[in-house]
Parts: sequence; C-alpha cells; structure tokens
Amino acid sequence: MNLIDLANPTRFLALTARLLPWLALATALLLALGLYLSAMAPDDYQQGASVKIMFIHVPNAWLSMFVWGVMSLAALGTLVWRHPLADVAGKAATPIGAAFTFLALVTGSLWGRPMWGTYWEWDARLTSVLILFLMYLGLMALWQAVEDPSRAARAAAVLTLVGAVNLPIIKFSVNWWNTLHQPASVLRMGGPTLDRAFLIPLLIMAAAFSLLFVTLHIAAMRNEILRRRVRALQMMQASRPSA
Amino acid sequence: MTALAALLKRDIQIALRVGGGALIGVLFFLIVVVLMPFSVGPDLALLTRLGPAILWLGALLASLLTLDRLFVADQDDGSLDLMTMSRTPLELACAAKALAHWLAAGLPLVIATPVLGLLLNLDPLSTAAVALTLLAGTPALTFTGMIGAALAVTLRRGGLLLAVLVLPLSIPVLIFGVAASQAAITGPSSFGAPFSILCALSLASFVIGPFAAAASLRQGLD
Repeated sequence: MNLIDLANPTRFLALTARLLPWLALATALLLALGLYLSAMAPDDYQQGASVKIMFIHVPNAWLSMFVWGVMSLAALGTLVWRHPLADVAGKAATPIGAAFTFLALVTGSLWGRPMWGTYWEWDARLTSVLILFLMYLGLMALWQAVEDPSRAARAAAVLTLVGAVNLPIIKFSVNWWNTLHQPASVLRMGGPTLDRAFLIPLLIMAAAFSLLFVTLHIAAMRNEILRRRVRALQMMQASRPSA
Repeated sequence: MTALAALLKRDIQIALRVGGGALIGVLFFLIVVVLMPFSVGPDLALLTRLGPAILWLGALLASLLTLDRLFVADQDDGSLDLMTMSRTPLELACAAKALAHWLAAGLPLVIATPVLGLLLNLDPLSTAAVALTLLAGTPALTFTGMIGAALAVTLRRGGLLLAVLVLPLSIPVLIFGVAASQAAITGPSSFGAPFSILCALSLASFVIGPFAAAASLRQGLD
C-alpha cells in the first residue's frame, strides 16, 4: 500500500477506521500519564501550585501554531493538486486549531490572574496569540460563508497561505510595538532553564496533545467526508425527477 | 504596457466619476476624526497626544470601506472575466487595479490629513510626519486589502467578511505607522527605523498582494 493510495477518500476511510481506535487509546493513555506526572510534579518555589497550569497551557500554545502549519500544507495540496482530501484536511483542522488557541489564551489568562494580578496584559506574546485566534475565526467565517465546499476550500487555502506569510510579520511587529510602549517586563515563566522535574511531564503532555490533535483531526476529516457524501446523495435525490 | 496603462486610466476614471465613490472614503475619514473628540472629550492636549493614532485608525477604516469596490463592479459587468482570460498576466492587471484604487481612494486620504490634523490640534511637524507615514503605509493597506477583496468577490457576498479577513493582516502597518509618527513627534526613539520597516511592508505587499489576489481570482472564478 502506497502513501498515494491514502489520497483516495474511500481508502482513507477504510484505513482510518482501523487506525482511529488505537490512536484514541494511545492518546488517552499518554494523556492520563501526563496528567498524573503533572499532578505529581513539585510546586515551583515562586509560583506555587499554579505552575501546573503550564502543563496544559504550553502544549496548547504549541499546537495553536502547529495546526496552522498543518493547514498550510493542506492549502498547498488544495491549490497545487486540487485534491479534495486536502480540502477536507484544511477544513477539519480549522476549528480544532481555533480551540487549541482559545484554550491557550484561557489557561494563560487563568495563570496570569494569580501571577501578574490581571487576567489580561497587552504582552507581546499574548497579543500575537490573540491575533492568531482572530485569524482562525476569520477562516472559520470564510468556511461558513460559502455553500459550495470546493469553492470555499480554494478561498480558504489562499487565506491560509497569506496568513502563514503574515503571521511571522505580525508576531515581529507586535514584539516591536510592545517593547516600544512598555519597558522590559517581568513576565517570564519559570526561569531561563526548565528543571527536569517539569520538563518530562511537559514533554509527555506535549506528545499527548499532539496525538490528541491527530486523533481529533482524523475523526473530523472522516465526519467531513461522510457529510459531503450525504450532501451529494441529497443533491442527487433532489435533482431526480419525481416519479 | 499599454493595456495596463489603459486599465489604470479606466479604473481611475470610473472611481472619480458619478457613482464611483472613491471620495466617500475621504468623507468617512473626516467623520471618524470628527467623532473622536465626542468620544474622548474636547481636551486639546489629549487630542494632540492621540492625534496620530486617530488619524491612522481613521485612514485604516476609510481604506477598508472602499476596498470592496475593487473587484465587485468588474465582476458584475463581466470585465473581470475578460481580464482573467486576456493575454496580460492577471497578476499585473491586479497590481494596476490596486494602484488605480490607491490613487483614487488612498492618496486623497493622505492629502486630507493636514486639514484633519488641524482639527486634532497637531502642529505642522506632527501633521507632516503623519502624512508622510500615511503616504508610505496606505499602499500596503490597499495591496493587502486587495487579497481580501479578491477572496470576497469570488464568494459573492463579501462585505462584512472582507473586514474580518483584512483587519488582522493590517496590524503590522498600523503598528509601524503609528510608531513612526510618534517617534517623529515625541519620541526619543528614531523615526528612521519604523519608517523604513513601514516602507518595507509596503514593498512586500506589492509583491504578495497581486499574486495572492490573482491566485484567488483564478481559483475562484472558474
């Protein structure tokens, strides 16, 4: 079986039907292990128990950017090869990426309340993640605006790639803006180096969340493929002359 | 080249004639600036301090307002299909259209800035700084906004969607535009660095904008 065979939606459905339970199981086990280790991790001498928010927050923040990368690859697939499965991958990834970004913002803000004394700070990092979230929402609005999925896919693919070019620029400019308006901030997590006691649970949680993304993404892609088939069948039935 | 020149001339003429609506952007800019004192109070010192930010925000919104005209009329009367099929590369045609749009709708905003600066109690130097940064920055707004306009026209219901898609992309321009103006007026920091980055953003948008807009038109119109 070649990798290229996966591009056939039917084969994709058949393969992922076998793969998905194992992926879900692996995700659940890894997540349970990660959560256990995070709960057992020692309290930070400065931050106390609230350092444990980091174990949820950091994987979400990583994935918020990683998912845009996955979407950019899917966008290339849509624009270059016009492949329907790439459309599906891009569409399925968007809400998941938005959810990860939202969770990163929420957990960060919950962490910020006891640490910085405020839920929101116009810190460069927070601001650029917020803008990333807004761009996810814009992309979701674009998907919602058009009924024809292949037309929506191409428009969304262009926007995804434009976003991929622009996000580093936005990040850079927000950094500039923040250093211009605010003097050096104390808003830094932990210390310059992360202790091993924190690093291992963090890495396991990152792996668990990545697996969670893969699982959710494949499940969402399957749903989207099936949804499109239902739509095609409905259209066929609607266009059939009534007997 | 003659085809592009003809396109440029045609677009400017359409924009400036009856029903073109290019100058509505300037009127909108004026109204936004006039509304600001009502929301923050008539304190002249405060207005001076906020002046560059108000002018930049007004210009950003005004240029957004006119953007959806960039392709919609051509889509309605079919000339966009002709441009897609013509021998002139669509990227160049898009660039010419955006340039025409900037000349008809963006440049008037820059020209109106000195008058609006008076309303905000800006001294001549500050006004000149803001006008200069707008001159360097509004092309970037038009050329990146063109991507959103092209996406919106292929989807046939652009309006609100256009604003949602374009505004996040214009954040860097806003940041460096305001930073350069502030640096020229108050700042210990230099005017040169943010201004050069602003120019760089405009130049980059000259490259990215037409290609992305042409790609989305080509993908969307078939």
